[in-house]
Parts: sequence; structure tokens; C-alpha cells
Amino acid sequence: MSILVLIVPLALLLGLFFVGAFWWGLRRGQYEDLESPKHRMLLEKD
Amino acid sequence: MSTSTGVINTEKFDHKYDDEIVKYFLMATIIWAGVALLLGIYAALELANYKFNLGLQWLTFGRIRPLHTNAAIFAFGGNGIFAGIYHSSQRLLKTRLFSDKLSWFHFWGWQLIILAAAITLPLGLTQGKEYHELEWPINIAVAIVWIAFGINLLQTIRRRKEPHIYVALWFYIATFVTIALLYVVNSIEIPVSWFNSYPVYAGVQDALVQWWYGHNAVAFFLTTPFLGLMYYYIPKAVNKPVYSYRLSVVHFWSLVFIYIWAGPHHLLNTALPEWAQTLGVIFSVMLWIPSWGGMINGLMTLRGSWDKVKTDPILKFLATGTIFYGMSTFEGPLLSLKSVNEVAHYSDWIIAHVHGGALGWNGFILFGMVYYLVPRLWKTELYNKSLAETHFWLGTIGIVIYIVSMWTAGIAQSMMLNAVDATGHLVYPDFVQTVVRIVPLYYVRSLGGLMYFVGYLLMVYNVVKTIKGAPVALAASAKREEANPVLKLDTQALVQESISEGPHRVLEGFPMVMTVLAVAAVLVGTMIELIPMITSTNAQSEEFAAFKVKPLTSLQLAGRDIYVREGCYLCHSQMIRTTVGDVLRYGPASETADSMYDHPFQWGSKRTGPDLARVGGKYPDLWHVRHLLNPRDIVPQSIMPTYSWLLEQKLDLGTIERRFSVLKMLGVPYSDEDVKNAAENAKKDSIAIAEDLVKQGGPQGLENKEITALVAYLQSLGKQTEKR
Repeated sequence: MSILVLIVPLALLLGLFFVGAFWWGLRRGQYEDLESPKHRMLLEKD
Repeated sequence: MSTSTGVINTEKFDHKYDDEIVKYFLMATIIWAGVALLLGIYAALELANYKFNLGLQWLTFGRIRPLHTNAAIFAFGGNGIFAGIYHSSQRLLKTRLFSDKLSWFHFWGWQLIILAAAITLPLGLTQGKEYHELEWPINIAVAIVWIAFGINLLQTIRRRKEPHIYVALWFYIATFVTIALLYVVNSIEIPVSWFNSYPVYAGVQDALVQWWYGHNAVAFFLTTPFLGLMYYYIPKAVNKPVYSYRLSVVHFWSLVFIYIWAGPHHLLNTALPEWAQTLGVIFSVMLWIPSWGGMINGLMTLRGSWDKVKTDPILKFLATGTIFYGMSTFEGPLLSLKSVNEVAHYSDWIIAHVHGGALGWNGFILFGMVYYLVPRLWKTELYNKSLAETHFWLGTIGIVIYIVSMWTAGIAQSMMLNAVDATGHLVYPDFVQTVVRIVPLYYVRSLGGLMYFVGYLLMVYNVVKTIKGAPVALAASAKREEANPVLKLDTQALVQESISEGPHRVLEGFPMVMTVLAVAAVLVGTMIELIPMITSTNAQSEEFAAFKVKPLTSLQLAGRDIYVREGCYLCHSQMIRTTVGDVLRYGPASETADSMYDHPFQWGSKRTGPDLARVGGKYPDLWHVRHLLNPRDIVPQSIMPTYSWLLEQKLDLGTIERRFSVLKMLGVPYSDEDVKNAAENAKKDSIAIAEDLVKQGGPQGLENKEITALVAYLQSLGKQTEKR
């Protein structure tokens, strides 16, 4: 089971990356407007 | 420019999207779908009747099955998600793809990889790890092409003209990042020759890495990109916004954090330590909620539009696909409960589960996407809508026939295998007795697959006719514009309306709180995994120290590599579980130590035939030779194909010394002499076995033939471990 010494930190790193990505999104205002994106994606012409 | 408050400027953007690449990926998707389905039907028929194996080594089930799974997942699924991702992200980001060069490198690279798979897998050039069979040169190619895809996608996102990153794009990003990590980790192998390698992991370690990869291949190749596609194509197809954008954000993040830990549910009741199994169970059950968040969001988007679903095949495929997603993501957590898993593991129930997801969720989402994209990309109308409807019904009925027949087969066989009478003996001591019962269901399953395939053929015909009939172009797009008028939105009003009250506001309004909670969740998961591992490391080395394990001799190793080449591990497991049924039938439960030198591990994931963990010494050598030459000579009702070429092909010992030295480097206790004399010892052992076979009344001339190696290997199973 010594493999866990590899894959647990890796999975955590991945998790940390996603926490970072979430934090980045938050900072950059990605979650300021949770109402219009779903409408606006419909406007774009095919 | 659109802003997040104020009225939207509906001025049309004048960008030229790259739709050529989308068309190519879409065509590839359609073509490879046919290949994958045909391979599936063929494999199904091979199980129903061994004669379909045609006595040819390149067509045995053991070599065809990986070809089928790779075609379905990576050729059909892969091209499909690339088509959808490249189509939708350009539009969501309001910008053209970053690099045409990368796009085409990506496309041709991927097709060449598929071709490489088509050539190498029937030749038996395989790593023997599910969904990761392709050998190391191809692994490198995959990594390079994947990075090209990632750069293309991420750079396009960076250059976006739409500031908001729609939820579908988050799913695509998660796909790219996680698959990159998983693939690389499960690809760490030492080459032995150009198309042969050994993973650096062995036994239980390899099992865990393999299923950490394997389950997350499902999660991040067959789920996240498809959820992204669902979040784009369902709203577009029904011209209604997603039911709840908030829900999409929440379930995306929770899905992504939880999925990684579900891998151990492939190893329940095995020699994987208890606490690791329990962890897999817990996270797998937790996964149900975010998954259903996705399903609910997708289906509720169609509320008020069910009349459209009735008349539009695109919506039928997308909606039904989402329903199958819901089914699979309920069945999955259910199968992750140890008691349910005891019945389901190694049985056809698992096959039913896979195909509900693959045919129902993945297949139908892609078919829906095809029917949506073809008319739009070629600026025309679909040639025949009722043909598409027929496709839908054929496909749905095909799926139902498939999964019901396999549920029945799986549960029936499992119940029979575990049936114990009043005296404590197995009611069905011969494995084949259970096989005979379910073979008719193998035919039924083939029919289900065939129906699904016929439906697919209708799609091909429809698509070809549609593309050929392009002159209807202008009329069609004008009609579509009439049906879907461009809306004017007052986003400020919408935002005002949407600001929630009460407890939700607290959570939403305080991002720090959200972040802290998320980090806490991850840390809790960490502690649960790390602490037992750290404190029990001593116990584990004690666990290994309690046993003395003999590594394989060179002939046995050559045999093991033949076992992997022929795909024996696809029908035969080598892991006796700690369940009553297993122990009664096969002997003492497998120890973690038993497989500690197996690069790759051979625990297996399906029992189409009996477990082989303790088959060593059970039958004389001649039994094995006769059985491999023609299984029906020994077991008249066997469905196993013949392996006659093993008696004719000369054993290739050219690389055996290198194999030994690679394994020695990876920690298998071979001496330098063992390595130097590997070839010689193998020859000696082979001749000894051949001579002995003649004495037993068997065929002449088997010295230095492959069969002696495989027999030597089989006779070693269960004989290598000694308690100190």
C-alpha cells in the first residue's frame, strides 16, 4: 500500500488545483452573475 | 461587448469560427461508432458461441474485447467529445479556436493513435490494464496529442471575448486536467522492447493505481465532458436556459472533488485493505448527489417543453441520454455497497452497468449532438426526421434488451455460484454449470446490441443524405431563425430577481465561507486517507513480512506474459475474495502478498470462466495442454475459444533476460545469476515439461513451444506464497 504515498498527495494536488481554480474564478467575478449566462448562451448564433 | 449588468447589446459579432475541424471530428465520431458497435456485437457473439472466435489468435475474445472498449471509449467517445468541445467552446467564448495547426495536429494525431490501437491490440501487444492497454510508444503519443488539445482549449479560453466562463467550459477544463494526470500516472512503465513494458507498480499497488485511473477515466472522460456537452446542447436544442445555473456550478465543484476517491469500489472484498475499501464506498455513495444534480438540471431544463421532446428526435436523444446518466449514477453507488458488490462483482451485472452508461448516456448524447450539428454545420435540414425517431426507438429498445439480459445473467450466475446446500457444500460445484444457464442470455444481449447498431445505421444513412442534400441551405436557416428569435434581455432585472434571501444568501454572499468549507471537505478526506495509512504502514510491512513469496522462474514469467498477451485476465480473475462463496469454491482468500511481484497485477475484473488464483497443482500439465488445445475435450459445455497456436508457436526468449533485469530493478528478488541464466533456464524447464507431457501420454514435440511456458505459469498460481 506504499503506493498511497504517491496517489494520495497527487489526488490532493489535483484537489488543490481545483480549489485554486475555484478561487481564481471567484476573484475574477465569475460568480457575480449567476443569472444571465444561461440566457446569453442562447443568443449566440449557431 | 456584453456586460454583466445592464441591457445586452445584441449586435452580432463577426467572427469566423473554425467549423472545419468540428466537421472532421464529427465524421470521425460517426465512423468509429460503427467500428466500435460492430466489434461489440462480434465480441458478444464470441461469448455466446465460441465458434465465432474462428480459431484465429487475432480474433479471440481476449484480443477483441480491448479493441472494442478502446474503440467505444476513445475512438467514438473521444472524437465525439472533441467535436462537441470545439464546436461549443468557440461559441461560448465568442472566439475562434486558438490554433488551426494544433487543431489539425490533434485530429490526425488522435486518428493515428486509433489506427495504432487497431493494429497492436489484435497482435496481442498489450499492457494488460483495462482502458490502458496500448503500449508505451502509443502512451507517449496520447500524452502529446492530449497536451496539444489542452493548449488549444485553454488558450482559446484565455483569448475569450465573453468574460464569463460558462459551466460547460469548466467541465471541459476538468476533463483536460484530470485525464492528463491520471493517464500519466498509470503510464509509468519500463519498456522491455518496442511494444512491451512492465508497469512500475505491482500487485495491490497496481490494482489501486489502475482503478484510480480506471474509474476516473469513466469520471473525467465519459462523464465530465459529456455533462459539459449536455449543458450546451440541451438548452440550445430546446432554446430554453438551463434550469438552475447555481445548481450547475455547485454540482460541478462537488463532482470534481468527490470523484477522485471513488476508485476503490472496483476492489471491494479483495485483498485491498479494509479501510481503503470503505473509503471508496463512502465517496462512491456521496457521488450520487452531485451526479443527480446534473441529471435534474438537464431534465428540468426541458420542463414546459415536453411537447417539443415528443416531436424532436434531438431532444429525445439528449433527454433519454440524461435519464440513462441518472440511472447509471444511481446504480453505481448501489454497486459500491459491499453487500451488493459481493453479488455483482465479476458478473455480467457490471457489464449491464457499463453499457447502460456507454450506450444510454454516452451514445445517446453523441447521437443527439450529431443530429443537432449536421444540419447546422452543413446549413441544411435533416434529411428525414422520422428516420431519426426510428433510430431513437431502436436504440432505446436495444439498450433495454441489453441491460435486462445482462442484469438477469449477472444475478442468476452469482446466485448459483454462491448457492450452498444444507450440508454447507456448493450446489453448483462446476463453474460451467452456471455458464450453461446464461449462454442464452448472451444471444439476447447480442440482439440488443444489433438493434442499437441498426439504429446507428439509420443515422449514417440520414447524415449522408442530409449532407448530400445541401441546396436547401438558405430556406432552412431562415426557417430556423423564425422559430428561434433572438431575445432581448434585461440582465439587471434578472440579477435583481435572482438575489436570494435567507440562509442561501449567507452561503452565496460569503465566498470565503464557501472556500473554507470546500478546503475543509478536502482536508477531511485527506485525513481519513493519510492517518490510517501512516499508522498502519508498520502493520502492512508486517503483513508482507508474514509471508515469503517466490518470484516466477523465467519460463513461468514467459508464460505470464503470454497470459497477458492472450487477454486471459479478461475472463479469468486471480483474486479469491473474502466472501463465503469464493472461499468455498476456490480456497483460502487471496493475500495481498500473493501478487506482490505481479507487474501488472492479474486480479481481473470479470469471471466469464473460473478464478485461477489457486489453480496451480490442481490439474496435471497434460490437463492444461488438452484444455488449451480444445477446452471442450475437457469441459464439453465450455465457451472458451481454442488456443491451438500455443502448441505450434516457438517460445520467443529473445527478451527474457531484459524482462528479468527490468523486474529486478523494480524490486523483484532476482539474483544476477537468475538474470544471466534466464533464457537457458527457461529452455531447460520447457524441455522438462515437454518430456513429462509425453510420459503422461500427451503429444510429442512441445519443447520450447509457448504452451510449456503458459502451463508452467498456470501451475505456479497459488504456489508462490508461504507463511513464514
